[in-house]
Amino acid sequence: MISEKQTDNLELRRKKEKFFFTLFNICGLIVVLLLVIFVGYVVIMGISAMSWDFFTTTPGVGMRSGGIVTPLIGTVYLMGLVALFAIPLGVLTAVYISEYQSNRLMGRVWKVVVGNLAGIPSIVYGLLGLAMFVTALNLGFSLLAASLTLSLLVLPIVIMASREAIAAVPQSIRDASTALGATKWQTTVHHVLPYSISGISTGIILALSRAAGETAPIMLTGAVFFMSLPPSSINSKFMALPYHIYGTSTQSYGVPSELIFGAALALLLIVLGMNLVAIVIRSTFRSKYRW
Amino acid sequence: MVTKIKIRDLNVFFGEKQALNDINLDIEENSVTAIIGPSGCGKSTFIKCLNRMNDTIRECKVTGKVILRDGTDIYDSKMDLVRVRKNIGMVFQKPNPFPKSIFENIAFAPRIHGVKNKKDLANIVEESLRKAAIWDEVKDRLDKPAYDLSGGQQQRLCIARALAVNPEILLLDEPCSALDPIATAKIEELLVELKNEYTVVIVTHNMQQAGRVSHKTAFFYMGDLIEYGDTAQIFENPKEELTERYITGRMG
Repeated sequence: MISEKQTDNLELRRKKEKFFFTLFNICGLIVVLLLVIFVGYVVIMGISAMSWDFFTTTPGVGMRSGGIVTPLIGTVYLMGLVALFAIPLGVLTAVYISEYQSNRLMGRVWKVVVGNLAGIPSIVYGLLGLAMFVTALNLGFSLLAASLTLSLLVLPIVIMASREAIAAVPQSIRDASTALGATKWQTTVHHVLPYSISGISTGIILALSRAAGETAPIMLTGAVFFMSLPPSSINSKFMALPYHIYGTSTQSYGVPSELIFGAALALLLIVLGMNLVAIVIRSTFRSKYRW
Repeated sequence: MVTKIKIRDLNVFFGEKQALNDINLDIEENSVTAIIGPSGCGKSTFIKCLNRMNDTIRECKVTGKVILRDGTDIYDSKMDLVRVRKNIGMVFQKPNPFPKSIFENIAFAPRIHGVKNKKDLANIVEESLRKAAIWDEVKDRLDKPAYDLSGGQQQRLCIARALAVNPEILLLDEPCSALDPIATAKIEELLVELKNEYTVVIVTHNMQQAGRVSHKTAFFYMGDLIEYGDTAQIFENPKEELTERYITGRMG
């Protein structure tokens, strides 16, 4: 039988439940609020700079006027080159680790290696890029050196996301394909990759957003404070949005804040836009391949 | 009766653990052979040896010979696994269609084995679906996802998929364990039909099923082949005490 005392206990439990529920709600609310304040602040401060001219003219003298076309183009080039280097390398590495690496110990080693690569601070990647690409490989202070450095930086993100997406494909589907006489490569190309494409592309987009926003590695490998023209080749120096924001806000005097926040808003739009693309890709492929 | 598959001294190890001990068995052509036994007796492991699906499992080692009618040993080191699996189709416990359309599910295998002509592919798809007795149910929605089908239909789709590369042998690993009795009855009917063209080996934990569809039955216990003979004899007059205990429900 349940005694009086235990019923009292019930009352206490109800109170506790209510307390913690409220606590969790508050925590959640704070996070949402922070995001709203943060994005809202950038939008309010930068929206007045938004105009066609802002996106199509080069920064003026001392950055105190003009637009962001040079750093914008630099960032787009950077993202394109990072995509070119990091996607094939990252996705194929993930395929190798999850489909071809049959040794259980090596699988775990790979996981640790990739996890640790992801944890290396970006400034260290910058130093590595400076030593390896700029100096040792003699690529110079260039778009190529910077994008190779950024590719290394985002590679673990691509690998980890791809690996998870590939692992989510049920073994039974691989078995079905193998039992029909498909080779491992045919199984990978016709089944595993198509079914995991939504997770893989989410990882790729995350990686590209990261590449778009990084400042430290490109400062050391090819980004410059000011150029009047967009980079003419992969061997030339370039301007990029995050470094431009850093430069205008700390290295230059009297830059109107709307120009700085305008650049920040542009960067935010690129990143949020990419996330939107990721959501669309994910929902498209989710409904196409479901099990 | 002609022997289609000769299994000789087959041993299977998972790491240190031995899963099958010295199995010797002759499987007859164009008949249904049932493999029965309690859970963990090695019956699924055994059937997976017949198309080398065990190769995909880490730490699995197989010794012995599995010789087909034409004299080739599928464990010969020079054996091409793609050829082995093309000739020996398999259907799994849980229906596992590809998350694609019904048509694409069937067309995949012929395509990877070199059929390119669209008309040929369409013919193969229709013929395979007819053989698996599911054509009438799906002919109007070949472009619909396979996952829209019921469990029983999915399993017949998987049988059709296996038939699409024209194998000689069809292996089924507890194909009805996830299905209701009506869907099960349809598959059993189908198996009896299929044996005219294919050599069928079916693992089942359902003894009535073995009795209904098979010509010969093998009883496995703890990795050993205890008894093998005509299904009627195994069920009515088992020679081994273990077999009798199992089929009368006093074990397993």
